[in-house]
Amino acid sequence: MAAKINMNPERNPMPAQDAKARGKNFDEVTYGYSEATAIDEALRCLSCKHMPCVSGCPVNIHIPEFIGKIKEGDFEGAYQVINKSSSLPAVCGRVCPQEVQCEAKCVRGIKGESVGIGRLERFVADWHNAHANGAVNKIEKNGHKAAVVGSGPSGLTCAGDLAKKGYDVTVFEALHTAGGVLVYGIPEFRLPKAIVKKEVENLKEMGVKIETNIIIGKTLTVDELFDMGFEAVFIGSGAGLPNFMGIPGESYNGVYSANEFLTRSNLMKAYESDPVTPIMKGGKVAVVGGGNVAMDAARSALRLGAEKVYIVYRRSMEELPARKEEVEHAIEEGIEFMLLNNPVEILGYHNPDDRRDPKNGFVTGMKCIKMELGEPDENGRRRPVPIEGSEFVLDVDTVIISIGTSPNPLIKTTTKGLEVNRRGGIIVEENGATTKEGVYAGGDAVTGAATVISAMGAGKIAAKAIDEYIQSK
Amino acid sequence: MYKILKKEELNPTVTMMDIYAPFVAKKAEPGQFIILRVDENGERIPLTIAGYDREKGSVKIIFQIVGATTKKLNMKNEGEYIEDFAGPLGVATHTDGLKKVCIVGGGVGCAIALPIAQKLKENGCEVTSIIGFRTKDLLILEDEFNSASEKLYVMTDDGSYGREGNVCVPLNEMFDAGEKFDMVITIGPLIMMKFVVEATKKTGIPCTVSMNPIMIDGTGMCGGCRLTLIEDGKRVTKFACVDGPDFNGYEVDFDEAMARGGMYREFERHAYEETCNLFAKEGK
Ligand SMILES: Cc1cc2nc3c(=O)[nH]c(=O)nc-3n(C[C@H](O)[C@H](O)[C@H](O)COP(=O)(O)OP(=O)(O)OC[C@H]3O[C@@H](n4cnc5c(N)ncnc54)[C@H](O)[C@@H]3O)c2cc1C
Ligand SMILES: Cc1cc2nc3c(=O)[nH]c(=O)nc-3n(C[C@H](O)[C@H](O)[C@H](O)COP(=O)(O)OP(=O)(O)OC[C@H]3O[C@@H](n4cnc5c(N)ncnc54)[C@H](O)[C@@H]3O)c2cc1C
Ligand code: SF4
Ligand code: SF4
Ligand code: FES
Repeated sequence: MAAKINMNPERNPMPAQDAKARGKNFDEVTYGYSEATAIDEALRCLSCKHMPCVSGCPVNIHIPEFIGKIKEGDFEGAYQVINKSSSLPAVCGRVCPQEVQCEAKCVRGIKGESVGIGRLERFVADWHNAHANGAVNKIEKNGHKAAVVGSGPSGLTCAGDLAKKGYDVTVFEALHTAGGVLVYGIPEFRLPKAIVKKEVENLKEMGVKIETNIIIGKTLTVDELFDMGFEAVFIGSGAGLPNFMGIPGESYNGVYSANEFLTRSNLMKAYESDPVTPIMKGGKVAVVGGGNVAMDAARSALRLGAEKVYIVYRRSMEELPARKEEVEHAIEEGIEFMLLNNPVEILGYHNPDDRRDPKNGFVTGMKCIKMELGEPDENGRRRPVPIEGSEFVLDVDTVIISIGTSPNPLIKTTTKGLEVNRRGGIIVEENGATTKEGVYAGGDAVTGAATVISAMGAGKIAAKAIDEYIQSK
Repeated sequence: MYKILKKEELNPTVTMMDIYAPFVAKKAEPGQFIILRVDENGERIPLTIAGYDREKGSVKIIFQIVGATTKKLNMKNEGEYIEDFAGPLGVATHTDGLKKVCIVGGGVGCAIALPIAQKLKENGCEVTSIIGFRTKDLLILEDEFNSASEKLYVMTDDGSYGREGNVCVPLNEMFDAGEKFDMVITIGPLIMMKFVVEATKKTGIPCTVSMNPIMIDGTGMCGGCRLTLIEDGKRVTKFACVDGPDFNGYEVDFDEAMARGGMYREFERHAYEETCNLFAKEGK
């Protein structure tokens, strides 16, 4: 029976918490589709023979096929289709920048809105998690051992795929909780921690061992992992250390990197009403940068009680790299976008008469200069240039810097034979093999800060390569 | 979970513990530190490795009870467990090739300095130690320093034990007498280290300081532990957890580090009082 196509040019809206109310809590912003809405949205899919959407997905999920199952009301069947290509659909359905990936290629997007592929993916994953009976198929062990460094999306995926193939897998994680950026970076209101926890539990049920508090390069080296009997090692250690701008005043109290601010808020639960880890609350906050990380920091600051939050970004709205939905949500929540502005100095308080004045050394403002877009650079992005004499002072008492990261040298400096490129990213071949035998890598540690789905994809590719490598030995 | 093998109170505010953490014990070197959480939902705090027994798999920590977390840690007893214990972190103190060294420790900083003194002695280095405390009741590790050093000066601010005065007094005396060292290593409160650096500067002897900024992850992810070095007139941002905690004392911007140290003072006073209230309530 061919189902009727829903020709509505607009997609089904995503039910969400009221913008005013959510600015004060850390509950998830969006509620997700109901069964009826999911089917209605699925019916907008034309089941295109040439499947353009699939080529837009970094892991090539069989999109029309899983959407077809939703049309039939076979939600578990839809999950099984997605599960063949992705191991973290509940995560990716929420945080993928769909508008530049799968949904950008959807033919329905030409004369209206594209099919809400990400929303449907999230619906299917949530449905599965709510209804699955939890029974895991018994996996036959193959007697081989593999180690995974880092428990972000790349590491978790690599571990899961290897476990499914029968490997005895141990994940080594430096922090006290598994999940990488999914737990310490992306906030609760966008990706509930329970979802990540569930994914980690699933892995454990499959027999994956997770050793927290182990810093590879310090507690154990990669070479020692081989001595311990691991036959291959996957490195998914993430993007590394935050960059600072190098402008005066960055060391004043009240200046954070986004990583520190978000780690305090998420991992250390500073967002709870009576936290043990301190964080600045209230006041006026400027977040410097325009990526997902900047949006998350800004929206977290708002929820922690800031009276005013600015995003200070040196290009225009068009170049803003964050997910579109997050930018829209941020605007709805009342975050002010100061576009085409660049900080030149952070100002601080000094009382020359009283060295013990408790306000000494705290931020009092940020001097910015207005920018305009000039000629396109080699990447085709128009280069922002300062407008002379346009400096002004923004009245803020907290500054959160979110302008990217540089790789952490810990593993590189303690692993002989592991080469990195000029920017510090681990050099790999297409299948994830590094310059050191038996060592594979993927995710942000290789590419620099990227996306959850690309990290996951890299973990998958490496798992396949590791399997081939060990089986051919 | 990491078992507390041994607990000993060194003075009313300083406690020593041996923790069973074989992976850390195997690798630990003087100058490195660990990050612990006392319980689930606890704060992550860094503490220096004050000793280790590779065979027993134990790591020694010595901590001063200054706030909520250290107070909670001190409530734990032998045989009990702490939630997380990760390390060893940071770069070990460089001790190779040093023949004659002066170690200057202040307060609980002496706990950090002791394993370095012991390691130097083991390497055949001649160690002079100066350890300073506010008052006699706060004195720790005197015997241990005695056996690790050729010469030991014990100072108290109020003269209640040893000599009266701060650690710079004997240091300056030695310098004035023309005493030469390969290196001065100082660990203690920022203000003390700043003065030791200033005193040493005029002699041209290299001076290593151990910085202890606020840390969260301790693995080079958050940037919270940053400090500024002035290298050849240029200001360079460093991360104490991966680049340190030891730095060239002549390059550290101490004034900035001291200002940053005060960031959460208000919050911590509150958290500390809360914890005290909690314990008072539990006690009743
Ligand atoms: C705030 C924020 C928001 C984001 N929002 C989005 C979004 O909306 N959509 C999107 O697609 N992407 C987003 N990203 C990017 C995305 O999260 C990352 O690209 C992705 O998590 C990278 O995965 P990974 O597995 O490479 O590394 P990570 O997730 O960084 O995990 C690395 C793990 O390795 C551990 N580790 C590091 N060094 C060691 C060591 N030496 N030994 C042991 N363990 C170690 C770390 O503690 C960490 O747990 C966001 C990132 C941030 C920070
Ligand atoms: C590399 C390093 C090694 C250290 N080694 C020792 C040691 O061997 N023995 C010892 O007694 N202390 C040591 N410290 C200091 C110790 O970490 C703090 O005393 C401890 O974190 C205080 O926690 P609290 O909750 O009890 O007190 P709080 O009330 O939270 O704080 C009291 C004071 O401790 C400092 N502090 C608070 N949180 C941190 C943090 N996360 N990181 C660093 N400092 C903090 C601040 O200066 C604060 O004013 C070390 C610090 C560093 C960075
Ligand atoms: S994983 Fe991301 S890109 Fe792929 S289909 Fe799902 S939402 Fe689209
Ligand atoms: S391009 Fe759009 S309409 Fe076509 S199959 Fe993909 S999701 Fe369906
Ligand atoms: S403690 Fe986070 S980077 Fe050093």
